[in-house]
Amino acid sequence: MLETILQNRFAVTAVILFGIGFMNLLLQQNLLKKVVGFNIMDSAVFLLLASLGYIDGGVAPIVGDRGFDPLYINPIPSGLVLTGIVVSVSITAFSLALIQRIYRRYGTIELWELLERAGKEDD
Amino acid sequence: MRPFVENLPFLCIFLAILTGIVSAVIPRGRVCYWMTVTVAGIIAVLSAVVLQYTYGGNLSFTYSMGRFAAPYGNAIQCGPLQALLAMVFSVVLALALAGGKRDLFHDVLPGKLRLYFTMVNLLEASLLALVYTNDVFTGYVFIEISTIAACALVMAKDNGPNLIATIRYLFMSLLGSGLFLIGLTLLNSITGYLLMPSLAQAVAELAESGDYRIPLTVAVGLIIGGLGIKSAMFPFHLWLPDAHGGATTASSAMLSGLVLKGYIVLMITMMMRVFSMELMGELGVTNVILAFGLLGMILGSLEAMREYHVKRMLAYSSVAQIGYIFMGLGLGTTAGVVASCFHILVHACCKPLLFCCAGRLSAVSGHHKSLKNLRGSAYRDVSAGLGFTVGALSMIGIPLFGGFVSKLYLANAALPTNRTVLALVTLALSTVLNALYYVPALLAIWVRPPAEAEQHVLEDTRPEDLAFDRSFTTAAIALMAGIFVLGIFYHPITDVLEAGIALMGT
Repeated sequence: MLETILQNRFAVTAVILFGIGFMNLLLQQNLLKKVVGFNIMDSAVFLLLASLGYIDGGVAPIVGDRGFDPLYINPIPSGLVLTGIVVSVSITAFSLALIQRIYRRYGTIELWELLERAGKEDD
Repeated sequence: MRPFVENLPFLCIFLAILTGIVSAVIPRGRVCYWMTVTVAGIIAVLSAVVLQYTYGGNLSFTYSMGRFAAPYGNAIQCGPLQALLAMVFSVVLALALAGGKRDLFHDVLPGKLRLYFTMVNLLEASLLALVYTNDVFTGYVFIEISTIAACALVMAKDNGPNLIATIRYLFMSLLGSGLFLIGLTLLNSITGYLLMPSLAQAVAELAESGDYRIPLTVAVGLIIGGLGIKSAMFPFHLWLPDAHGGATTASSAMLSGLVLKGYIVLMITMMMRVFSMELMGELGVTNVILAFGLLGMILGSLEAMREYHVKRMLAYSSVAQIGYIFMGLGLGTTAGVVASCFHILVHACCKPLLFCCAGRLSAVSGHHKSLKNLRGSAYRDVSAGLGFTVGALSMIGIPLFGGFVSKLYLANAALPTNRTVLALVTLALSTVLNALYYVPALLAIWVRPPAEAEQHVLEDTRPEDLAFDRSFTTAAIALMAGIFVLGIFYHPITDVLEAGIALMGT
């Protein structure tokens, strides 16, 4: 049991982190904390991706004439992590800008309060 | 040497992105508007050429980017279905912009118009990419691009409730794309590929050998669930009414008519090209989709019945219509997918028409949105009244209108399965429910209110709003024509869909 966990330590950590981030994104009422939750969730995915491509003792994937000796790590997941980070940064920037705008208008970033006030404005 | 036509799908995506960048630096909103509409028209023509090429030759081609051969690199896969969807999406996008033009220039600050059109173009690029892509990670990237663009379109009408609707929409979308991404990672870890053909092969081998059954199920579930959240599958639809109901007319029309469809098309591609329907049925995923679809059809309509705000009513009706699409997919047969694709086309014509007409009707009633204040408004702009009537009748499913044909195909697709009774009963019930809220809305706009009530509404109305709106009328007539074409000359279209879906599996 313990050995399995140790062998899959990256995956286990990633799952735990993903859970934390997911619950934060779902249950927090503070919009900023939701954004932080989203960032944790994405980091978990990146950790999982990066660890999947890693091969023990592998070298940097510069493919020349030396073939597969020594083994090089799988470059595709690393590429995906880079793309994922770009996406995550831009989404974070967008949501922070949006939250700032909401704060300027309402003076609060608690979701329940905001919904209540928006409901009143609608009537 | 491959024929030049095969470059066109990529060129369409590139053209849309390029227009987005160019419109960011053009200060005049009107120029951006005409540029965007023209480019959408050009893309529609190019897609029509591709459609003619692929349907005529009954082929589906792969266009690889750069010089990296499969299984690396990135590729576009285009068949008749993809070309048809791309064509319809860009035509509807242009018409939605034209139909909501006056509201658009009224609701969005003049200085921000160029940015609005940047987002519209990015949205178009991401829709096309979601339709054409043959690489799941590219799919993920464009999902995020369309999320940002769609959120920006909602918040373009800058008022408090819209900001809150946007942030709820954004967080719900993030949840969906997070689930999609981790599903993708799991799938990549058990197969080692990202390009769809290689993935499909690996998944088929896994399905046969029975290895990694649990991770595979989880990955399929996460991918479908993530896309389901983004396309407002029933229990995850709570963000939709505020976001679609509050935005400016053109945004509502594009969001309801097109953005939801982009994710569904990607889902269909994943189901047909990667997982295969047999595997989906074996894992029980189709049953879940079917259940959510059926629930959405009923409960979405029930919520729409309680709504007095006309745009929010239409938004809830979208939830029900998305339910129809998921019901077709959930049947797990090719006929079901054909019916779903047809319903995508019908809804892509109907909903923008309804939103544009609702926007116009409320503009001639002093920008009031509740049905009570819209009474008799159809007489103030007859084309909007007619458009709303055509759209509503099509939603209910009256013969000769597009909605009838898609219901017919859905019912036909349900016959050979073992869930015939359930599907047919829900279909009938949902039709009755649709009628129960669309008919009162129709009565409200066509029955003249007492004179003093009308006078009260007219006091709020500005004379320039009552003037004839040429671009709206053109768009409404074009969309109405689209609904009648889908309702009367549907055989050629379903032939294209069937050919496209048959080519997708291979």
